[in-house]
Amino acid sequence: MDFEFSDEQTQLHGAVTGFLAKEYPFDRLQAIKRSEIGWDPSVWSGLADLGVLAINVPAALGGLGYGPLETLVLMDACGPSLLQEPISSSAVIATALLSDYADAAPAAELLRGMARGERIAVPAHFEPDARFDTRWVETRACLSAERYRLDGHKAVVLHAGLADTLLVSARTAGETRDTDGVTLFLVPRETPGVRLEEYRNVDGQRAADVYLTDVELPAGHRLGIAGAALPAIEAALDIGLAALCAEAVGIMQGLLNATVDYLRTRQQFGQPIGRFQALQHRVADMVGHLEQARSMSYLAAMRCNASNIAERRRALSAAKVVISEACRFIGQQAVQLHGGMGMADELIISHWFKRLTAIDVTFGDSDTHLQRYAALMRDAGRRDYV
Amino acid sequence: MRLDFTETDQSFRDEVRAFLREQLPPDIRDKVQNGRELDRTDYVLWQRRLYERGWGAVGWPVQFGGAGWNAVQQYIFEEESAMAGAPRMIPFGIKMVAPVIMAFGSADQQRRFLPKISTGEEWWCQGYSEPGAGSDLASLRTRAVRDGDHYIVDGQKTWNTLGQYADWIFCLVRTDPQAKQQSGITFLLIDMKSPGIRVRPIELLDGGHEVNEVWFEDVRVPVQNRIGEENRGWTYAKFLLGHERTNIAGIGIAKRELARLKRVAAEEHQNGRPLLDDPLFAARVARIEIELTALEITNLRVLSPASGSRAPGPEASILKIKGTEIHQAISELLMRAAGAYALPMRREAMEAGWQVDPNRPHAGPRYAATVMSAYLNQRKLSIFGGTNEIQKNIIAKMMGL
Repeated sequence: MDFEFSDEQTQLHGAVTGFLAKEYPFDRLQAIKRSEIGWDPSVWSGLADLGVLAINVPAALGGLGYGPLETLVLMDACGPSLLQEPISSSAVIATALLSDYADAAPAAELLRGMARGERIAVPAHFEPDARFDTRWVETRACLSAERYRLDGHKAVVLHAGLADTLLVSARTAGETRDTDGVTLFLVPRETPGVRLEEYRNVDGQRAADVYLTDVELPAGHRLGIAGAALPAIEAALDIGLAALCAEAVGIMQGLLNATVDYLRTRQQFGQPIGRFQALQHRVADMVGHLEQARSMSYLAAMRCNASNIAERRRALSAAKVVISEACRFIGQQAVQLHGGMGMADELIISHWFKRLTAIDVTFGDSDTHLQRYAALMRDAGRRDYV
Repeated sequence: MRLDFTETDQSFRDEVRAFLREQLPPDIRDKVQNGRELDRTDYVLWQRRLYERGWGAVGWPVQFGGAGWNAVQQYIFEEESAMAGAPRMIPFGIKMVAPVIMAFGSADQQRRFLPKISTGEEWWCQGYSEPGAGSDLASLRTRAVRDGDHYIVDGQKTWNTLGQYADWIFCLVRTDPQAKQQSGITFLLIDMKSPGIRVRPIELLDGGHEVNEVWFEDVRVPVQNRIGEENRGWTYAKFLLGHERTNIAGIGIAKRELARLKRVAAEEHQNGRPLLDDPLFAARVARIEIELTALEITNLRVLSPASGSRAPGPEASILKIKGTEIHQAISELLMRAAGAYALPMRREAMEAGWQVDPNRPHAGPRYAATVMSAYLNQRKLSIFGGTNEIQKNIIAKMMGL
C-alpha cells in the first residue's frame, strides 16, 4: 500500500508542467484551436525533445518503456493545458497497441519514429453503429493475391487528419460482434481509397470520419495473426481509458482551484460570493467528486494492464463511471459558479468544461460503463451468492 | 505507488481472520450479520476477548496498552472485524475519551480510567449534545459551579448513545457564563451512579432504544475528575472530534452490508428472475459498489504512511459524507429489495435471540423482518458526528472559503 510517486515520476510531472507553462499558455491554446491545422508541430517536437513521446515505446526501439503510472503522471500534468496534440491517441494508445506487434518490422519502424516525434499513428477502431462496443467491427478486409482490400467506415477518429498512419481494425472473418475475426492493419493515410471527412470536436481537437473504399494494402501491412487482434485492441483502449481518467483529474483540479479563487474574489452584495453557504456546499461536493475521481484514476492506472481481464475491465468501468460523473458535475458547477463568465469563451473555464464533456463521452459515458460493470458484477455474483 | 497490500499486511490480515474465526461467538456473529441488536453483555464479552488477545485498544500508544499497529493495520483489523460480523466498537471510551485523557489528563486520571476502558469493565457514554446545542455545540448550557473540591452540575444532555449501559459520562459544561461561547467550557468526567443523574430513554422512529436524555440535578463532581484546566474544555472537545481517522468511512461494515444486499437480491424475484438480474436494480447495486471501491481507495490514501506528515485536509469530512451516503444507500436498497414484506414492523425481530416460532410462522422471509428498522435507523448517520452539512462547511473552510 503506497500512494506516493517516485522521485522520477515527480520529476516527470515537473518537467511537463514547466514545459507547458512556457510553451502552452492559454492564449497559445486559443490560437492553436483557431488555426487551420489545429495543432502545433513545434510543440510536438518540444514534447519529443522532453522525451514524453517515448514513454510508452519499448526501450529496445528507442523508447523509455515506462508503465501506466508514468502515463498517469504525464496525462495529469498535460490535462490543464488542454493540449490539442495527439498525446493520448498517438503517444499512449497507438504506441501501446503497436508494442504488441513490435517484432514486426513495420510496427517497430513506426514506433521508433513515434518515439522521436517524427511519426504519428492513431487507432481507427470504433464505427458508427458500434456506439462504444469494442467488439463491433463491420469494416471488412479480404485477402486475395497477397493483398488485402478494406471497405468500411470508422467514426470520430481522433487526430486522423494529422496522423501519417491509421491503425485500422477490420473483420477478416466472423460476424459483426464476434470476438474472433478482427485483424489490425497499418494504413498509411495517403493510401488511395482512404477518405477523411474532417471536423473539429467540442474540445477543439481535430477528428474525422474515415471512409475506406477499396483500400488495397500489401499483406505485410497486417499486424499479427489474422483474426486475433481484438484482445490487443481492447488492452490498448483500456490503457487509453486509464490515461483519459488521469487527464480528467488534472483538469478537474485546475477547474476546482480556479473556481475557489473566483469565489474568493468576486464580490456581490458587498462580500465575496464564497461566503454564501449554498456556494460553499457546491464546492464541497466538487471536492468530494474530485477526490473519488483521483482514487479511481489510480485504480485505473494500476489495473489497466492486469492479466485477469475480468478484473481489469471491472476496475476500468468502475473508474469511468466515477470519472464521467465527476467530469459532468465539476464541469457544470464550475460554469455555474462563475456565472456569466463561465459562459464566456475568453476564460479557460469554458474550455476546460468542454474538454471534460468530451472525456465524459469518450469510450462510453457513465451509463455505458455502469451497465458493463453491473454485468460483470452479476457474473461474479452468480459464483459468490447463488 | 502500489495499490495492493504488502505481504506483511496480508499475513497480518490472516492473523486477524484466524482470531475472529476462533473467538467470535456464533450467536453474536448471527445477530450482527442479520442486522439484529446486540445487548450490553455481547459488547462487553467481545471487548474482553479482544483485551485478552492484546487487542483491546489497538489504536492507543503502546505505553497505554495499545497494540503498536500502524494505521493500515488498524484499518485491516476494523475491516476484517466488520466483515466477520464482530460487534462494532463502541467508540465513546476507546476512541473518544481515552485519547483526551492521554493527551490532557493527569497521570492519576490515566491510571484510574484507561485500563478499565480497554478491558471493557467500564462503559463510557458521551455528554456533548443538548436540546439547544446540536451542530452549534458551543452554545451548550449545562452549568457547573465550583463548590470547594467539587463542581455542582445542573442541566440536560441529549442524544446520549447507550447511556443506559454506561458507568461514566464525559461532559462539556459551562463554567464561565460570562466568557465568549467557546472559552467558558470545561471537560468533566462524571460517574453515572452520582446522585442527581436521571437517564430517560428516547424512543426512535424504528422503535429502538438507542439514545437517551440525561438530566443533571445538583450532581456533585470531584474537581479531580476535570480534564486539564477549567474553561479550556473546548480545546479538548475539538481534539476528541478530530481524533478519529482510520474508520470514519466504515468500509468494512459497508462491504458486509453490500454482500447481504446481494444475497437478498439473489433470493428476491421480480418478473420471474432474481432481483439482482434486473437491469435497473443491478445498476443501483453496481453504483454503490463502485462508490465503495472509490471510497476504500480514498480512505487508504488518507492512511498511507506518508500522508501523516502532511497537514490534515478535508479528507476526514469527505470520508464521513461519502461513507454515510453509501451506508444509507445500502440500507435503502435492502429495504426496497424486500418489497411489501419490508412493511410489517416487528420490533421483536430486532431483539437479541429472536427466533421464528415454528407454530406461528411469520409473514415474509426472515431477512425482511429487520430491513425497515435498519433503514429508518440509518438515517441518523448523516446527522450525528457533525451533520453532513457541517462537514461541507468544514471542507469549504479548508478550501479557503
